[in-house]
Amino acid sequence: MRLIEWRDRTAPLPDAVAPLLARGNGRSRGDVCRNDGGVLLLTRGMDCMIAFDRATGILDCEAGMLLGDLLHWCLPQGWMLPVVPGTRFVTVGGAIANDVHGRNHRVAGSFGRHVLEMDLLRSTGEHLRIGPTERADLFAATIGGLGLTGLITRVRLRMIPISSNLMLTESIRFGHLDAFWEINDRLGPEWAYTMARIDCITRGRSLGRGVFFAGRHAPPQPAGTRVPGWRDRSRSLPFDLPSSLINRYTVRAFNAVYYRTAAFAGRRLQHVQGHLFPLDRVHDWNRIHGRRGCYPYHCVLPHAHARDGIRTLLKRIAASGQGSFLAALKTFGDLPAPGLLSFPRSGVTLALDFANRGSRTLRLLADLDDIVSAAGGALYPGKDARMSVTMFRRGFPQWERFATLVDPAFSSTFWRRMNP
Amino acid sequence: MSAAPRRIAIFGATSRIATEAARLWLARGVALVVVARNPERLRMLTEDLGIRAGGLAEVDAMTADLADLDTLPGLWNALTERFPDLDGVLLAHGSLPDQARCEATPETMLQEIRMNALSAMSLLTVIANDFEARHRGIIAVIGSVAGDRGRSRNYVYGAAKGMLAIFLQGLRNRLHGSGVTVITLKPGYVITPMTQGFDREGLLGARPERVARGVVRAFDRRRDVVYLPWFWRPILWAIRLIPEPVFKRLPL
Repeated sequence: MRLIEWRDRTAPLPDAVAPLLARGNGRSRGDVCRNDGGVLLLTRGMDCMIAFDRATGILDCEAGMLLGDLLHWCLPQGWMLPVVPGTRFVTVGGAIANDVHGRNHRVAGSFGRHVLEMDLLRSTGEHLRIGPTERADLFAATIGGLGLTGLITRVRLRMIPISSNLMLTESIRFGHLDAFWEINDRLGPEWAYTMARIDCITRGRSLGRGVFFAGRHAPPQPAGTRVPGWRDRSRSLPFDLPSSLINRYTVRAFNAVYYRTAAFAGRRLQHVQGHLFPLDRVHDWNRIHGRRGCYPYHCVLPHAHARDGIRTLLKRIAASGQGSFLAALKTFGDLPAPGLLSFPRSGVTLALDFANRGSRTLRLLADLDDIVSAAGGALYPGKDARMSVTMFRRGFPQWERFATLVDPAFSSTFWRRMNP
Repeated sequence: MSAAPRRIAIFGATSRIATEAARLWLARGVALVVVARNPERLRMLTEDLGIRAGGLAEVDAMTADLADLDTLPGLWNALTERFPDLDGVLLAHGSLPDQARCEATPETMLQEIRMNALSAMSLLTVIANDFEARHRGIIAVIGSVAGDRGRSRNYVYGAAKGMLAIFLQGLRNRLHGSGVTVITLKPGYVITPMTQGFDREGLLGARPERVARGVVRAFDRRRDVVYLPWFWRPILWAIRLIPEPVFKRLPL
């Protein structure tokens, strides 16, 4: 893999002797950000702001800009990104290429819905302006397009005004899956940001117990209120642990403590970043899985089959005893995602990690695939290293149209895997 | 001790470390003048800094070819005429030479010495006199741990940075008591996205943001010689202790 540091948005693409692929901060948890045998264009250094309209909140920036840097700058000025994923360590380009979603999908849709315009560098040498009405086909392919349609250089985004950088949040414990649906239906309309953490070890009557997190932007607080601040005081795990710390005993213990303590917080004020990025507190947390790593699994099931499907998935995971902690469960709303390959769609989404135990883990994941397929669901390419070609094509029925818009000089390990 | 700088001039401002330091200073309301060679890159940087500053701090720019040594005194005069309150400088310009080409031709070698040492030393000569006369100012220069001991892999770059370090030692000595601070910054491996996550140099490598925080902190504390990150100081101390008959055999 050859690496080229990309800093200049006006520079031409290199003459391609091998397939090209842009890579932002490399947080995709699969092979969509790999390009074995090819060239990676590393865009993290291309992170300049270009223009900002204080009246409308419309920002132009380069694609290598980190969402975290953007938030650090815009929150104090009363602006917020309309959609943020669970980590702030991703670039704007990466957020578009995976058409990421957040806890507020029901009201805001996916990230791509808030992109007004982009500049896309194609291997033909053209530097194209694309948008919902300008070269709309290429725009739809680029959103969620896994970086395959060319190099995104400039992005125009719409930000939303907020009246404080605080959120009013509430955490509620639930003892089983049915209680989750009830809370989700009840709190959904009132709270913009919702999601739940599920215990994937407990079975029987406690199947799918967990903690529900709800949040919404808080109004300005009266003078003199003690408000929580936020400092980037994250710790990091500096090396791979020799073997995975994740086994059924540690996970059971962790989940039990989490379940019993997480809901103590009740209703409170939290800093936006503290509420939305709990996992960012530990850098490189994935190293806890040891050198063999883990397989993330992130699926979406349409509403019609969601309740049965999620129950079946959780039963199978609990029976295997392989589930890791912090499975995330949330609902997607009906706002359509603009990308041909966008993952977010109306339904319910479940995400969790499995420590890599070789064929045992792969067999479990294949079983989960069957359940997801039967429910008419799909897997998230940004977190995949193993889905089958059939699974991909079924989950993303527009893949053929997408393939015609891929830049011939661009490819990725994922894309070659899906087009054997 | 005089106060923190009000306006800092950054030479070679489009380098990653300098850009990150500029962003940190702006966030604190320090006015900046950014100097670099490529007008297009400089324009993009100024635009970026202006938006980040959001009207809280002034950002100005000037293009200059810092390898053109004869023009440097004029450049400094022009800067101080436009910005009489300039009281801090960060010299961050330089190049990472191709050692093999430096070994092959003297012209390339000399060009790299000019870019990495002579240019900064020429500028420093003018700046030092100016700051000395005004009894204030902070001068910081980005050197390198490579300047602490010559290695086969990069001794031309190392020689330039070593020369610069000794020059700065003398200058610091001369200006002691004049109210002017001279800071030598010695970054180790800087992880550009280029190495990140691929090389296992990862353990010692630092991101440009981290190095930049160290640069800003060195200004605050008016330090003399700063290794960035700090752990390079004991490492380089140990490396300097290795006797030459042993060192020459090491594949470094």
